[in-house]
Amino acid sequence: MSENPPFTVSSFYKFVSEKRLMAAKCNECGTVLLPPKPMCTNCLSTNLKWIELEGAGNLLSYTVIYIAPEQFQSIAPYTVGIVEFKNGLRLPGMIHGVDPEEIKIGMNLKVDFETSKASQWPEWPRYFFRPI
Amino acid sequence: MVNKPLVSIVSAGLSKFGRLDGMYCRELFAHAAKEAFDRCPNLNPIKDIEALFVGHMGESYEHQGHTGPTLADWAGLLPKPAVRLESACASSGVALRTGILAILSGMHKVVMVGGVEKMTHRTTAEVTEFLAMASDMPFEQWNGITFPGLYALMATAHMHEYGTTEEQMARVAVKNHHNGTLNPKAHMQKEITVEKAMSSKVIAWPLKLYDCSLITDGASCLILAHPDLAKKFTDAPVHVIGSGQASDAIGLYEREELTTLKAARLAGQEAYRMAGVEPKDLDVAEVHDCFTIAEIIAYEDLGFCGSGKGGTLIEEGTTELGGKLPVNPSGGLKSKGHPVGATGTAQAYEIYLQLTGQADERQVDGAEIGLSHNVGGSGATACVHIYRRD
Repeated sequence: MSENPPFTVSSFYKFVSEKRLMAAKCNECGTVLLPPKPMCTNCLSTNLKWIELEGAGNLLSYTVIYIAPEQFQSIAPYTVGIVEFKNGLRLPGMIHGVDPEEIKIGMNLKVDFETSKASQWPEWPRYFFRPI
Repeated sequence: MVNKPLVSIVSAGLSKFGRLDGMYCRELFAHAAKEAFDRCPNLNPIKDIEALFVGHMGESYEHQGHTGPTLADWAGLLPKPAVRLESACASSGVALRTGILAILSGMHKVVMVGGVEKMTHRTTAEVTEFLAMASDMPFEQWNGITFPGLYALMATAHMHEYGTTEEQMARVAVKNHHNGTLNPKAHMQKEITVEKAMSSKVIAWPLKLYDCSLITDGASCLILAHPDLAKKFTDAPVHVIGSGQASDAIGLYEREELTTLKAARLAGQEAYRMAGVEPKDLDVAEVHDCFTIAEIIAYEDLGFCGSGKGGTLIEEGTTELGGKLPVNPSGGLKSKGHPVGATGTAQAYEIYLQLTGQADERQVDGAEIGLSHNVGGSGATACVHIYRRD
């Protein structure tokens, strides 16, 4: 994938298919946008570039979902959380590889990537979090 | 000093809330409109009502969009202009505010605002999926995060930061279920105990079945008039004296904090400032208890107590009927029910009853000033209104 695809969510997930966690950075004011947006929502500039995130951070909060929408029912109950990366950016996602009883707010997690692609629209690959 | 009215509520209507088989949005709304018309014999609906603004979240439930004119038709208001507003669970709070703007603009003198949702004919899985549409699709929905899941993320963070307990959340459910037994239109009419709430099945830990509001059918409406005309229609209008609304990021993960709804704080501040009242002046409030943790956070966001003190406030009984500031005397979303689009103006309906002394067994004696707090989604929209009796 070229380094300058449009600054869209679809591009974010194209990078995920290459096992890369990418955000948009404003060349004018330095704001990092995650999710990426076509315009900097701080200074309204469209002078942006893609930057790669390390993907390691701390767990801000979590829940274990028992009642799930139909497409997730086969894997329920499953754990999801919000992870804050070192630069203050955050993403929500599923947490794999740790029992719900073992999960603690503040624990270190790292982003990882599923190899399979979803069959239904929008067919994006999924990232998830696991203990470091 | 309490400020002058923005608009006056001259009548209000509410359908029964519950599982109403065979009744769809159009019929539910007609029932709410009929009550409002009957309550206000001095008003000639088709002559006096100039426009309809109605909140409705989901066309998926009935495979029916274009709700505005449909509801105007069933309410006997054709050919008046009718608009459907969608702001998730705040759809009719926003409809109320839009009606206020319409009157303040000078374009209209009398309008109807309201809301409706038909939900119970769908499976829980379908409703879960439809409600999730009000959250961020690419990062929240795509990762299997449900609506209870989003409020569970707030609850976990609130428990961690402030020591709020599952039992304190259960106490919100117990209070609102009690209030619901006093409201003949409430969906649920039964008392519950802390033990029963705590042992109910887990929906999204730490939230259990009794921490969640109900999947309900229902409709609500208000008739708003320019304050100069209010006495032409009724001797006992209720005046809207403050209106606040704010927006935040659609994704919970993008917000500054997980333990407060910034949009609700900003909407509250705007409404208090406009009304010229402070939290201590309130006699009664209806807040958006879509989940028990949401009522605890609402106490804090609206200044009923300090940050992190919401759990203590429920324990102390301050917000029970008979307490210093009764909250959700109607039973709230928890027990009265949460037909999503109907909720905002259903809250206003309860405040209207309370401030006109028509709330029967759940009447807050001598209530003069009330507040309603309506939240859309996980907090990307919030609407706060403040009311006073004539």
